[in-house]
Amino acid sequence: MGIQKLLWEVAKKSFAGGIIGLTISDRCCSVVPVRGDSMSPTMNPQKNSFFDDFVLVDKFCLKDYKFARGDVVVFSSPTNFRDRYIKRIVGMPGEWISSSRDVVRVPEGHCWVEGDNKYSSLDSRTFGPIPLGLIRGRVTRVVWPPQRVSKIGR
Amino acid sequence: MASPSSSSFWSIASRQAMNSGLFITKLYCFLHVTTNYLGFMAYAYGPSMIPTLHPSGNVLLAERISKRYQKPSRGDIVVIRSPENPNKTPIKRVIGIEGDCISFVVDPLKSEKSQTIVVPKGHVFVQGDYTHNSRDSRTFGPVPYGLIQGRMLWRVWPFQDFGPLGPTPSELTN
Repeated sequence: MGIQKLLWEVAKKSFAGGIIGLTISDRCCSVVPVRGDSMSPTMNPQKNSFFDDFVLVDKFCLKDYKFARGDVVVFSSPTNFRDRYIKRIVGMPGEWISSSRDVVRVPEGHCWVEGDNKYSSLDSRTFGPIPLGLIRGRVTRVVWPPQRVSKIGR
Repeated sequence: MASPSSSSFWSIASRQAMNSGLFITKLYCFLHVTTNYLGFMAYAYGPSMIPTLHPSGNVLLAERISKRYQKPSRGDIVVIRSPENPNKTPIKRVIGIEGDCISFVVDPLKSEKSQTIVVPKGHVFVQGDYTHNSRDSRTFGPVPYGLIQGRMLWRVWPFQDFGPLGPTPSELTN
């Protein structure tokens, strides 16, 4: 009888903990790994995946969708909504961007994203400006590995 | 009966405050998870979905479960985050999914000119039921799946129209 009550208590506590953790991860901030080298040398300067960076993603910015040029953001891919990419905003609505072929104006409600490593990055030069509503968070710091802990600037 | 000393009064009071704080935190987190992962109620108004929705206001129930596991289908009424302003969440109907070839009248108020497009991969074409007064994909283009917030399921108010919201009869015959 005692062990059944104990298991029930553990289940209740982990359920509550899980819900609180999920809310903090959605509303406050979360830590995500960075894959690929499209943001070298800001993130993942080496090609070895054992040393992949983990970054802190801030979610408070999703309240009003206020972003600025230079922010590094996590967003859902416009071609496959299950994929998440990390790139830097280089163009805000109304600005003109010179892409590979011509000069393009960023429409209202959209932004132009590019990776820091232009030679190895799938970004707005391929799929065009992305709506701001696809952004899932803003990257503020690198938190792992310890020797690379730093704030990510503009 | 001995009266409690002042130190144990404060310890009891602080324990009560912590318990209430924890309860409120758990309640807030539970509400957040329910409205973001299960379903939410929405108040919809405006002319763009006449005759399906009343322009003066409806209370609707929307669900967020199907958008995670399957693609939206033609005829669904969805809430999207507007590609023109991420702070607005208009409600429109899905007319075409990726790969469909859609022909539509660009501006019924001005002319009969129509346009034909192919919906790109990962996008849907949304349109209001009242095409004469609706800003939708005819203006801002097809919308990526990532902008879909949820699918409308049920109308709660006005009570005389209480019931499911689904594809229009013309969609069913397609």
